[in-house]
Amino acid sequence: MLVNSQEKYAELDKVIAANKGQGGAVMRTLQAAQDIFGHVPMDVQIKIAEGLDSTLAEVYGVATFYSQFALEPAGEYRIGVCLGTACYVKGSKDVLEKVCQVLDTQVGKTSKDGLFTIKDTRCLGACGLAPVMMINDDVYGRLVPDDIPGILDKYRH
Amino acid sequence: MDLFRSTILVCGGTGCTSSGSPKLYERFAQLLAEKGLDKEVKLVKTGCFGLCAAGPVVIVYPEGAFYSGIKVEDVDEIVEEHLVKGRIVTKLLYKGSTHEGTTEIKPLDEIGFYEKQKRVALRNCGVIDPENIDEYIAFDGYKALAKVLTEMTREEVVDCISKSGLRGRGGAGFPTGTKWKFAMGSTGKKYVCCNADEGDPGAFMDRSVLEGDPHAVLEAMAIAGYAIGSDQGYIYVRAEYPIAVKRLEIAISQAREYGLLGKNIFGTDFSFDIDIRLGAGAFVCGEETALMHSIEGGRGEPRVRPPFPAVKGLFGKPTILNNVETYANICQIILKGADWFASMGTERSKGTKVFALGGKIVNSGLVEVPMGTTLREIIYDIGGGCPNGKKFKAVQTGGPSGGCLPASMLDTPIDYDNLIAAGSMMGSGGMIVMDEDNCMVDIARFFLDFTVSESCGKCTPCRIGTRRMLEILNRICEGNGEDGDIERLENLAANISKSALCALGQTAPNPVLSTLKHFRHEYEAHIYEKRCPAGVCHKLLNFEIDPAKCKGCTLCARNCPVGAISGKVREAHVIDAKKCIKCGACMEKCKFGAISKK
Repeated sequence: MLVNSQEKYAELDKVIAANKGQGGAVMRTLQAAQDIFGHVPMDVQIKIAEGLDSTLAEVYGVATFYSQFALEPAGEYRIGVCLGTACYVKGSKDVLEKVCQVLDTQVGKTSKDGLFTIKDTRCLGACGLAPVMMINDDVYGRLVPDDIPGILDKYRH
Repeated sequence: MDLFRSTILVCGGTGCTSSGSPKLYERFAQLLAEKGLDKEVKLVKTGCFGLCAAGPVVIVYPEGAFYSGIKVEDVDEIVEEHLVKGRIVTKLLYKGSTHEGTTEIKPLDEIGFYEKQKRVALRNCGVIDPENIDEYIAFDGYKALAKVLTEMTREEVVDCISKSGLRGRGGAGFPTGTKWKFAMGSTGKKYVCCNADEGDPGAFMDRSVLEGDPHAVLEAMAIAGYAIGSDQGYIYVRAEYPIAVKRLEIAISQAREYGLLGKNIFGTDFSFDIDIRLGAGAFVCGEETALMHSIEGGRGEPRVRPPFPAVKGLFGKPTILNNVETYANICQIILKGADWFASMGTERSKGTKVFALGGKIVNSGLVEVPMGTTLREIIYDIGGGCPNGKKFKAVQTGGPSGGCLPASMLDTPIDYDNLIAAGSMMGSGGMIVMDEDNCMVDIARFFLDFTVSESCGKCTPCRIGTRRMLEILNRICEGNGEDGDIERLENLAANISKSALCALGQTAPNPVLSTLKHFRHEYEAHIYEKRCPAGVCHKLLNFEIDPAKCKGCTLCARNCPVGAISGKVREAHVIDAKKCIKCGACMEKCKFGAISKK
């Protein structure tokens, strides 16, 4: 990931230029922008709207329609507790509650130390391991609530 | 080509990857290189074997030794014993993979889990390396495409698919051949789309096909392109499936390199190419018109049909859209003939169907069976029933659009029409088993919660109606249900089904209707007796201390946030039900198991 914000905006310009006039440009540009910035703040949306000769209403409409786009920066670790049916019937709600309790925050919010953002996710397709939780790209399966404090401790510096 | 004396297949599906199979692969590679066996023993990372519950899974051929639940440490032993000394490590074999009482290996298709299965859509999953086009070609890959391009007319292709009786595997079950025929009749630019936006919670067969056999989908899309007269395909795949996306990208570039996608395929004047479009997390995009809006880059909102996509679809052009599993059947139908496919299944549902078995079941994983197999065969003979001796209560099919079927319906032969008659639906093939510990009102509430947050908001019945239903279900689960709530739910359900714009809204009430039909007594217990029979709905539970087990350690009383527990040291404590907020903190803290909820 690019660190320097000037480089990030230069990269965004390139993406906008590459997608301009193509079918499906708004969504693909937003996806690329999210990869570059980690989220899609308002100034990035404005830049995309102007660059693609679209409107901010259109870009904002797409960005808020899909759950994948984050308008605010997330914590360093994104926790996703699966609430698909297979996980739900095997108690993932209790796992999610435990995560919220341990981090003292709510679903959709970031912990006070800015380290973890909690989300309840749609089915991750790892139903054989239910209940499942992801922290960034690491998958934890067959969880019980008591596993949570130990797992989270591994990510604290 | 190198000759190998043994082949190690390591499952690289999502389930096994999550349980650590990449580390096994690395360790195998390292050990084979160290021992100089890498020219004798071939190591392959395959797609999903289906038996995710026993993962990570490794199979060693030619013996066909089926190792399950393998840890990194076990790899050393398998290499040393099996591959160096030629002795199968029997203690690591999957239970049931040997003939009873012996160490003699059974063929894979005689193992209980696989015995009743018939793999058509999944035939290559767990067999070939999905990242190597040569392995796909060795298993008759791209032969069907060659056949249609050089021996068949467009009409013959469509006829063949129509005659096979193949119906859409994504849920609705529309005859695939009919869909293709509509699009064939239109003129001008056309598109072939693949719906890989597998959103139903608890369904992961499309993911497994894409991860295990991506070329089968590409080849089938090219065949569809030839049949309807299109030169461009799009695969719309969920961004939540990174392994599937990566393997599709590899497959597309390999197919282009071999001239199997691109201009003048097989030297004919047929040209066809495929691009990937990523979803961004919206369940409604599984609906065909919404999916096309999303490919066009906008909000994935559905629209009124007609016009159907076969007339006016992507970018306003005639388009066919089929599901991944539907495509996975196409090449086999072309190669083996419509009659072969139609010989499997029931009168109106032909072929096989993949189900994702999950929830309270021993062998969770992917199974493919002929249509007409009963629920009982899938859940007990293949799935092994509910674990821990618990009693089966219901099976949920069809995801958020489907319903829950009780034990009395276990002998229903599964096909599109029977499931609808039973108050559920085929859907994409998720099959979640529930036992006596699951509350059916809570499950209905869970699905409505899903629909409410995934409703796109375009039409009123779905946006507001489902929310009203959820509010009623919430209050029932919280102990505030009122007389008349069941009737209000039924009334809302009927109106939403009739008036919602797309299938998401029209089928959203199904989980409520089917649980009301088969488990009405549970709703009544919640509303009239303020009781949750399964012990799930917290607000309806009463926590009690068993005086015989309580040691009077005071730990519970000290942890109760509202001071509802009283008692003297070393004497049995009591919970004041009026003060208790049912948080469960006491039960969690009790070291003697003296506190129970009822």
